[in-house]
Amino acid sequence: MTTFQPVLLEAVGVAGSHTLESYRSRGGYAPLERMLKENQPADVIELVKSSGLRGRGGAGFPTGLKWTFLPKDHPGPIYLCINADESEPGTFNNRILMEDDPHQVIEGIILSAYATRATTAYLYLRYEYPLCWDRLQGAIDEAYAAGLLGKNIQGSGFSLDLYLHRGAAAYICGEETGLIESLEGKRAWPRIKPPFPAIEGLFRKPTVVNNIETMACVAQIARRGVEWFRSIGVPSDPNNPRDPGSYGPKLYCLSGHVERPGCYEAPLGITARQLIDGQGGGVWKGRKAKAVIPGGISMGLMTEAELDTPLDFAGPGKVGCLGLGTAAVVVIDETVSIVDFLHNSCRFFAHESCGQCTPCREGTAWSLRMLERIRAGKGRLKDLDLLAEIGNTMGMMPGSTICGLADGAAWPIKNAIKKFRGEFEDYIKRTNPSGWMVTDPVPALQIVGAH
Amino acid sequence: MPTVIVDGKDIEIGAHERLNCIEVARRAGVEIPHYCWHPGLSVVASCRMCLIETGTRDAATGKITMMPKLVPGCQTPAKDGTVIVTDTALVKDSRARVEEALLIDHPIDCSICDKAGECLLQDYHFEHGQAERRTDLNPFHSRRRDVGPTVTLFVDRCIMCTRCVRFTREVSGTSELMVINRGSKEEIAVFPGFPLDNKLSGNVVDLCPVGALGDKDFLYQQRVWFLKRESNVCGGCSAGCSIVTEHNQDTVYRLKPRENPHVNKWWMCDDGRYGWHHLHDPARLLSAGRLVSSNDDHETVEWSDVTTRLRQDLSGAGRLAVAVSPMLTLEEAWMLCAVARSIDQQAALFVGHVPVSGSDESFPGGFTIRAEKCPNRIGVEAVVALFEPEIRGWNELVRAVGAGEYDAAWITAGYPHAWIDDTTAAPFGKLRLLVVQDLFESPLSKLATWRLPAAGFAERAGTWVNVAHRAQVFAAAVRAPAGVWPEGRLYWNMLGRRGLYDPAAVRRQIAESSAALAALGGDLPAVGVDLRVDQLASS
Repeated sequence: MTTFQPVLLEAVGVAGSHTLESYRSRGGYAPLERMLKENQPADVIELVKSSGLRGRGGAGFPTGLKWTFLPKDHPGPIYLCINADESEPGTFNNRILMEDDPHQVIEGIILSAYATRATTAYLYLRYEYPLCWDRLQGAIDEAYAAGLLGKNIQGSGFSLDLYLHRGAAAYICGEETGLIESLEGKRAWPRIKPPFPAIEGLFRKPTVVNNIETMACVAQIARRGVEWFRSIGVPSDPNNPRDPGSYGPKLYCLSGHVERPGCYEAPLGITARQLIDGQGGGVWKGRKAKAVIPGGISMGLMTEAELDTPLDFAGPGKVGCLGLGTAAVVVIDETVSIVDFLHNSCRFFAHESCGQCTPCREGTAWSLRMLERIRAGKGRLKDLDLLAEIGNTMGMMPGSTICGLADGAAWPIKNAIKKFRGEFEDYIKRTNPSGWMVTDPVPALQIVGAH
Repeated sequence: MPTVIVDGKDIEIGAHERLNCIEVARRAGVEIPHYCWHPGLSVVASCRMCLIETGTRDAATGKITMMPKLVPGCQTPAKDGTVIVTDTALVKDSRARVEEALLIDHPIDCSICDKAGECLLQDYHFEHGQAERRTDLNPFHSRRRDVGPTVTLFVDRCIMCTRCVRFTREVSGTSELMVINRGSKEEIAVFPGFPLDNKLSGNVVDLCPVGALGDKDFLYQQRVWFLKRESNVCGGCSAGCSIVTEHNQDTVYRLKPRENPHVNKWWMCDDGRYGWHHLHDPARLLSAGRLVSSNDDHETVEWSDVTTRLRQDLSGAGRLAVAVSPMLTLEEAWMLCAVARSIDQQAALFVGHVPVSGSDESFPGGFTIRAEKCPNRIGVEAVVALFEPEIRGWNELVRAVGAGEYDAAWITAGYPHAWIDDTTAAPFGKLRLLVVQDLFESPLSKLATWRLPAAGFAERAGTWVNVAHRAQVFAAAVRAPAGVWPEGRLYWNMLGRRGLYDPAAVRRQIAESSAALAALGGDLPAVGVDLRVDQLASS
């Protein structure tokens, strides 16, 4: 295996990498200045479209295609929202980019705004990232001073204002319409679609919501070209006409029980095993992996046997996971109880469910109650059927909720029950020898809050 | 015409109608259960009770393609070729699961809940829920939170449909209610120091599909299954909101708005909603009395004698002036004019006192509380115009009486609030004969030779014409208290007509005698008719 030269992360470890001077010295902003002079917005869209770039936020929607959904000849304003509400457990790729190379992100934002004809962009930053806030605000100030933001950028006639907005720490604000509601100053309850944000989004105007890493990719595509981007990754499946392929480099956030956790850049399509054994230095303490989360907790679980699955946009789905998600790979070693894992996952989603749709609001809380009870030695085999039913019926895919949070809550449940049912059954029978077979309702336990 | 297929049945809808699947299914006789959707509020599609299967039928081939997942009926527009399926196992299971989820934290205290009997959670659970409880059993919990002067919140009964929150944001425009906390710990609340206190606040109780929001005025007064419901019209102001009077054994317990797109949509104001208490006020005049000159007191006169003795007194009194109260129905007003003219062909007919308070109050949701606090000024003016060449009002009557232009006056009132002061009433003391017909004692009734009780709004039957010239017909919801003849009954008898007072017969007679009121001839729809539209058509 040839070592992959990091591109998105090239500045990591470079002293002063977050400054404009450092970014310029690496060739930054030159592509932007060139494209503002020589290219029309449609050219930028075409560039991104032909690169096959797919959104890095989790859903993997083709970025160029998303931009074309904006209404043609709209009198404006059109808004660009950058989603930096990086709340998916295990995910920190956006943080690295914002802390170590904020100008790369800003260049991508300016290019994307130019392409979408947006003259106002909002960067929605997660509350828990104070260093990102400082670095980004510093970079934005530098960019304004250098004439890269503001009125008539570099004499091109194109103007863009970029506002940094700090959220108040809620997972749901990472959902694109939840983010829009939050930006508008409301409770972050995801909106019903249609209308999609491209038609009616922020302040009821056409809006594009993109991820930080997507912006960095746009900047790199502008600098290095489409051929470079398409030379990396996994081409589309010829047998599946709806597969747009998985091109480009990707930031994998490796954490959990590995020797060398961290954010690693690798071509899309690297397998989980390659990542863990290569960059990660293997599972820690010489142990074996029991399960691996492929892309944030909401994507579900892969078993040890499934670790050769390529981590591209199509791969994890083939082994029953929700998808690639944020590519946050979390390794769980063989000593971990899967009951504890699922309890932790359910606690997170019960806490973060926005509470709008009944199935998610009540389903996440109900699953947590059951897991609390199972862990308290009062589990029943029937609970596993109920958990599986919640997992299978809650979410946007069965149609029972407005947004994907419920799918993310459901996937760990259904994957864990399906792939580790034996362990659950053993646990329940061992801890509740006299009551595991009960099917009548039992008294609820008092739940202790997460905070 | 666009055709929508509901459970295999073709339903035609109007070419320009914008309907959702719930509305179209209702036309097909199919009820899609729903909590959060309300036609008067924005769509949030969050309760997920109305999930259905949908598809499209190809117009050319007739081939039906179904969507792979469930969609909310409230959010899905019904268009030509839309296929709605509500009776599959997938839909039924989904409804059962939503019901189950809603009951996880619900105290299920129906036996002590005011909503029991008209609760959607109850009804839907019987129809769509599952018989077996699968969730853990919670200890009983019920917390009550005061949210305003008229409304109380039973926190744990709430199912978070947010109808009330949207109402205060979109219709009343006051935004007092909000959602606090997150996930299953969500609750409805108000910000400390900013209670739910607006003129439309009572509507949130009607909107609440469960027993979470309670009306303090009605709380624990009556089980809803004992209540009888009569379509009625509010007499609180000239808006003339369509309402339902809910009563039992001639006692009114509450008023609720009745949907009328032309008048009040789905709402009514708190002034009207709680404005029925005067009906059961012990201070009401409850018998007809005539002044006995020997002891300066009123002696009770049997109603059978009132008709003849009143006519006798009035016949001998000289020049007669009559104030036709805007609280009277069209029929009563017309009969009063007829009675007066049968006694004195020159009797002067005035429109009675029109109470006005403040100015019109409009709300963002398109609801207006009128400053004119009587329901039928327009109608009474129309009736008086049939008898008089020009409309004269109360102030002119007061002036004329003061100037000694009349010897006798017959003042109809029926106002729920005090309406006249001693100064205004004083000139009436000089009259040879004064007949006052009112709900309560007043400075005027103290001067009266004849003191007749009036009926309250829910005790009348007939027609009122609101400020927008919309005529609405209603029946009496409750009987007037013992000893009180509603005005209609008295005038009917004084006209010597046989049998029971029949407002419909009088209305037909009015319609025949007047082109302007011809629209009142037939059976009127529940939402009433616009009298001006009819005039345009006939002119």
